[in-house]
Amino acid sequence: MGGKLFKNFSFFSATLSFFILIGIFSILFTYAQDSIREFGFDFLGSEDWEADEDDEEIGIFGGYIPVIGTMLSTLIAMVIATPLAMGIAIFLTEIAHKSLIKPVSIAIELLAAIPSIIYGMWGLFYFAPIVQSTVGGQGVGLLTAGIVLAIMIIPFMAAITRDAMNTVPDVLKESAYAMGATKFEVIKDVIMPYSKGGIIGSIILALGRALGETMAVAFLIGSVMAIPSQITDPTTSIPVLLANNFAEAQGLEMSSMYYLALILFVVSFALISVAKFYFLRQKVK
Amino acid sequence: MNRLLLNKIILVLSTLSAVVGISFLFWILATLTYKGVSSLHITTFTNDLVEGGIRNLLVGQFTMAIVASIIAVPIGMFAGIWLREYSNNSKLASVIRNLSDVMMSAPSIVIGVFVYALFVAPFGSYNGFAGIIALTIMMIPIIISTTDNMLSLVPKELREAGIALGGSKHKIIMQIVVKAAKVGITTGVLLSFARIIGETAPLLFTSANNQFFTMDLTGQFPSLTVSIYNLATYPDEASRELAWAASFVLTAFVLIINLTGRYMTRNKK
Amino acid sequence: MSNLIMETKDFNFTYAGVDAPSLKNINLPIEKNKITAMIGPSGCGKSTLLRAMNRIHDLYPGNKYEGEINLYGTKGKENILDLKKENDLISLRQQVGMIFQKPTPFPMSIYDNVAYGMKLAGVKNKSELDGRVEKALKDAAIWNETKDRMNTSALGMSGGQQQRLCIARAVALKPEVMLFDEPTSALDPISTGAIEELISELKKDVSVVIVTHNMQQASRLSDYTAFMYLGDLIEYDKTDTIFMNPNEKLTEDYITGRFG
Repeated sequence: MGGKLFKNFSFFSATLSFFILIGIFSILFTYAQDSIREFGFDFLGSEDWEADEDDEEIGIFGGYIPVIGTMLSTLIAMVIATPLAMGIAIFLTEIAHKSLIKPVSIAIELLAAIPSIIYGMWGLFYFAPIVQSTVGGQGVGLLTAGIVLAIMIIPFMAAITRDAMNTVPDVLKESAYAMGATKFEVIKDVIMPYSKGGIIGSIILALGRALGETMAVAFLIGSVMAIPSQITDPTTSIPVLLANNFAEAQGLEMSSMYYLALILFVVSFALISVAKFYFLRQKVK
Repeated sequence: MNRLLLNKIILVLSTLSAVVGISFLFWILATLTYKGVSSLHITTFTNDLVEGGIRNLLVGQFTMAIVASIIAVPIGMFAGIWLREYSNNSKLASVIRNLSDVMMSAPSIVIGVFVYALFVAPFGSYNGFAGIIALTIMMIPIIISTTDNMLSLVPKELREAGIALGGSKHKIIMQIVVKAAKVGITTGVLLSFARIIGETAPLLFTSANNQFFTMDLTGQFPSLTVSIYNLATYPDEASRELAWAASFVLTAFVLIINLTGRYMTRNKK
Repeated sequence: MSNLIMETKDFNFTYAGVDAPSLKNINLPIEKNKITAMIGPSGCGKSTLLRAMNRIHDLYPGNKYEGEINLYGTKGKENILDLKKENDLISLRQQVGMIFQKPTPFPMSIYDNVAYGMKLAGVKNKSELDGRVEKALKDAAIWNETKDRMNTSALGMSGGQQQRLCIARAVALKPEVMLFDEPTSALDPISTGAIEELISELKKDVSVVIVTHNMQQASRLSDYTAFMYLGDLIEYDKTDTIFMNPNEKLTEDYITGRFG
């Protein structure tokens, strides 16, 4: 293969991901058109999701419930995951004995490698009953989904936070210890501020991941089109609604599904972009 | 509060976090092993789904993941090579690098929806090709980022030395630079394979699933993960057991690939 | 009779996971309100010894100390190797300050950098903090450059300014001893001159131990010099004696540049 061809094919490959991204956005936007024209931004505020039995081109569809369900399950996950992930990162960078760092890191990374469907199944059969017997409810619901979601994103968040904390130069920590600081004070006053960008970035990335997570939540959130009145109530989320109902939908309902997918995509895109380009800015080596 | 006490409390809490994290890993793995192994029979591997086994599902899932890798690995590697070796870190390169990073974290269900619109709806039927395309889209950005990062670790003196000996740029890249980064890139490929082999959401309405053995990629294609999702929610015990067995096999495979990848790069860090 | 602030007695130090000690039978006096320089080729143990004097080695588990390092502080004689409790180590580090090779400004404002150690030590009163911050910055000869930007980030300062800020930060704690670990090796000649001048000024109030691989710096700055080689203290004497008329052949070879 000639040098020119090699270079051109490389360039073509590089631009491909750009076109795929544009493609995803335009396809979702095009297919969501009917729903966007019909409901506009009121889509987000409406709780109804009713197809017309005779005519697939009419019906009332609103994204309020899955949007709220997505936000609440993600919120629960973040509230639980953030302190635990910070704790693990601190443990790995500042506390663990040398011989422990590696095995614990591997364990945490394996936890991240387990496919999400496994979390869903384990959560449904083993974790949901525990939630039910301790806090009540039906087992599946917002809380269970949120907790299992938290377990899923913890390793991810912990790994990025650990990497950020590892960039703090030893001499900077030593100079704080040399002034009589305790370990916690060094963590709070030196390590955290120094690696702030990475830590916030990891939190936002984990948030993006939790928003888009499908399978674990599909098993656990209950998949019910209802607004939860309690934290243990079942509801649904955008990815779960798509997973369960997208393929059977027709006409305007289908278009509304694309609308939901578009919303999810745009929000994730925005979050990930902010995290990557503002907080985790890659240094070009 | 007393500073030393506060210090102790925080350190204990941090350690506890790690303990909690690891406990969940063992809890999940223990459950999976216990339920999975007790549900495994010889026939699990020799029968197809329709007869209560996972043979066709394994073949189907691996076929899709392997074909996706065959497409995604060269594209991703060439893209990474362009970013690192040809782009001179131009504006365009940083845009592509960033977008590819964003794609890596895009919700996988949305990729399923996208592929459905382009490759399922127009043909009126779920098909294995659509599943492969969805997995390929998921895999490309991971390979790009791995290649990009691994090539960045190759010292520039190596490239200069190659050029100084009179090699042409693309030959130096393939024969020296990529070779120097081989272990890292291979690990990245392994890890991304482990990632896509366990994906469910992008397959739900692309390949969908098939109870029978088939290699016909134009029709519904058997998927292990989609089957797990379906089986687990059936009320009968036999279906659930099969779901556990399948989950165990899948997780064991994914974790073994992961550990292999880590073992390969053990000296690199 | 000399007036000691610190001394090491038959001091041995072994790094974690290493069999042979990195420091062997070190007997080194540190005179009060004087500057003691430690010189020697890389790997001779001078930094290791310095880092034992505030027990910063304790941050990494498994290191072993033997012998004595006595501090003659306000509390009288104290063997710092006997300290076990974290609290005691903290108070040791407040008495024995340390400046590192590279400037280490914390990611906070200039003011907070200087006030940090005092806040850790429990000083809460705002006007006392203000006064001591100002005094420390003046002592570190950096007040004029910082007084109008106290609340800006310390990370925006030049390397030389950052190093003086770090000295101010240590001085603010009113330590008895200050340890300098090659404090100018990352700085340009002009900043180096400013730091050296500052260190000479400091000895009015504190005793200084400085590790340097720059022999001109040692001869310009210090009152006493210790020459170390491969973990041994080869020779210790008045700086003039070490540089003009050393007892040991090894010392002479080193300072005349025959090795190292």
